[in-house]
Amino acid sequence: MPDSQRHDETDVILAATGGMPALDTEMDVDAETEIEMAATKKLGIMGWLAIGWLALILVMAIIPGIFPFGELGERDIEALRNDEGVSIAHPFGFDSRGSDLATRVIYGCRASVIVSVGSILFGLVIGGILGLMSGYFRGRLDSVIVNVFNVMLAIPALVLALTLATVFASGDNVSYTRRLVVVTLAIGIVSVPILGRITRASTLTWSEREFVIAAKAMGARSHRIIIREVLPNVLPAMFSITLLGMAIAIITEGGLAVIGVGIPAELNTPSWGNLIATGRSQMLLGAPNQIVGPALFIFFTVLSLNYLGDVVRARFDVRESVL
Amino acid sequence: MAKRTIRRIEAAPDADTSQPLLAVEDVRTSFNTAAGRVKAVDGVSFTLERGKTLGIVGESGSGKSVLSRSLLGLLPGRNVEKTGSVKLEGKELIGLSEEALREHWGIDMAMVFQDPMTSLNPVTKIGKQITESLRFHLHMPKDEAKETALALLQSVGIPSPAQRLKEYPHQLSGGMRQRIVIAIALACGPKLLFADEPTTALDVTVQAQILDLLQNLQEERFMSVVLVTHDLGVVAGRAHDIAVMYGGRLVEKAPTKQLFAEMKHPYTEALLESIPKLNHASHTRLAVIPGRPPNLIHPPAGCNFAPRCNYAQDRCLVEEPALTADTPGHEFACFFPVGSDEGRQALAANVAAGKSAAGTPVSLPARAHT
Repeated sequence: MPDSQRHDETDVILAATGGMPALDTEMDVDAETEIEMAATKKLGIMGWLAIGWLALILVMAIIPGIFPFGELGERDIEALRNDEGVSIAHPFGFDSRGSDLATRVIYGCRASVIVSVGSILFGLVIGGILGLMSGYFRGRLDSVIVNVFNVMLAIPALVLALTLATVFASGDNVSYTRRLVVVTLAIGIVSVPILGRITRASTLTWSEREFVIAAKAMGARSHRIIIREVLPNVLPAMFSITLLGMAIAIITEGGLAVIGVGIPAELNTPSWGNLIATGRSQMLLGAPNQIVGPALFIFFTVLSLNYLGDVVRARFDVRESVL
Repeated sequence: MAKRTIRRIEAAPDADTSQPLLAVEDVRTSFNTAAGRVKAVDGVSFTLERGKTLGIVGESGSGKSVLSRSLLGLLPGRNVEKTGSVKLEGKELIGLSEEALREHWGIDMAMVFQDPMTSLNPVTKIGKQITESLRFHLHMPKDEAKETALALLQSVGIPSPAQRLKEYPHQLSGGMRQRIVIAIALACGPKLLFADEPTTALDVTVQAQILDLLQNLQEERFMSVVLVTHDLGVVAGRAHDIAVMYGGRLVEKAPTKQLFAEMKHPYTEALLESIPKLNHASHTRLAVIPGRPPNLIHPPAGCNFAPRCNYAQDRCLVEEPALTADTPGHEFACFFPVGSDEGRQALAANVAAGKSAAGTPVSLPARAHT
């Protein structure tokens, strides 16, 4: 039978079945717009506010100098002497050294962002690789990795981070950079099993799908299947837990600072955590404003991250149910 | 219609065309489970010539899918025992490492899966899913791979292929997706295609289209196809040979016409009986096969089908019939084959007794009325 004729026949069949394919495509387009709508609807005002806030924090972390407050390390002895409180020019007031707290909070963004993003990236890379391998290959490798995760999870996160930070970055002659790195890594190591388990769970379900076997049947290698077939499907789950993880990392940094092993509260090295740690002692001495600034920053940042994490998760849940 | 030739199968100069493309001998696959050893495939042998289609038919749980995956080597490594011999163009596949099998997967043999909803990666564009294996196996440059993908989509009858390449699987209907799956499987021009119930997840009109497509492509490319299905109707006009599987074994194997004209095994007969006919009176009860497929951990001592068989005699319960041929090419495993004197006597005796030797109630089959 000549090719063209065969084609005509197919067309006739398509026409006879009431143009099924065309109808189907229409439905799929509808389903797609539904997804889009669900996503934008879910983001809402809160979502945009959260994104806006996080963007602002990012700008503060990168170029803190553009905000109309003082320079880092400046001390206003006059203000200290007059026991000046909160004003429009100094919305968070001064600390006990006479530095403008708004300035310190803004400059403190950098340390907090480095710690939260850095630690979760570390956890994501290590935990992600371990989780993907353990979920895809299963067997003995899986048992070993899962057991390691379980052991790590059995130790309270703060205690583990505290121990690591104390061992590797305590003492007076430890540089600021080293402390920053150690705190980041400490929180990062703590986050490895959390992110790893989520990745593994998601990998387990996706690895069972037929398209993974299909890829194997086409002669793809394991690493290729993991990267090309499994990882893109696992990423949404990883992304949503990443946002939540960053929120936890920020809080943990604060916790470490309050205990006294975080980033030291020098004049030039503010972080939200150590600002709270320093301000804490002043709270009952008539200056509660000292912790309000950094606390508010932590509060809104964590809230934004949690909210966006939920939005991301909800969005991908929708997509899966439509699929 | 502009059509690219996509690596056709040509016998390499030194290839021995006298031997069959696929020779399967006594393949046994069993799974070790907590409940015991499941003999999912229990001594299957057949050969498949170039350019021919073999239909493997059987009900759920008869080992069809496990058989096709065993032949390809796609079963998970743990808790699986596989013995026997699978020769592709004379080359033994069983015992090869995954590394070595990879040289055959996609290039020499490929597979079309049952459910097009799950056998495409939902987050990768169609185009990339097709070109990937072209670029990886055949080392095609990007442009050429894309052109080949276009030609492939055209050859599987997908309208406006250029646009489809940029779309995601969820934007296509089930039938279109299955065409894509077929295009991917055919990308590197395999000599042997396994189609594991390729139309089960599709509605009936689309089923016919997909099966016709497979048949056309097979003729066009002179490819061998193993078509696995539970529906005798699917393989009826399309397979050259049909192998009927039951409880992990082949119970009958014959050229299609012969199988339908003079089936020998009671199971084949029962399968055919269970298909409703157009000329049945309205409200005719569907003929069912009583009972359920055998427990493959503790299979029956004799013939696997004996407990459900209308013809079963005492001998069937203790002795296992071997697969033998009476006419060349028509093999079956039964002591009392349908249409033979022994068979007629066995059935008559069971009808008279009202039950078979296994105790299954027997009434006159619908066919006997007409």
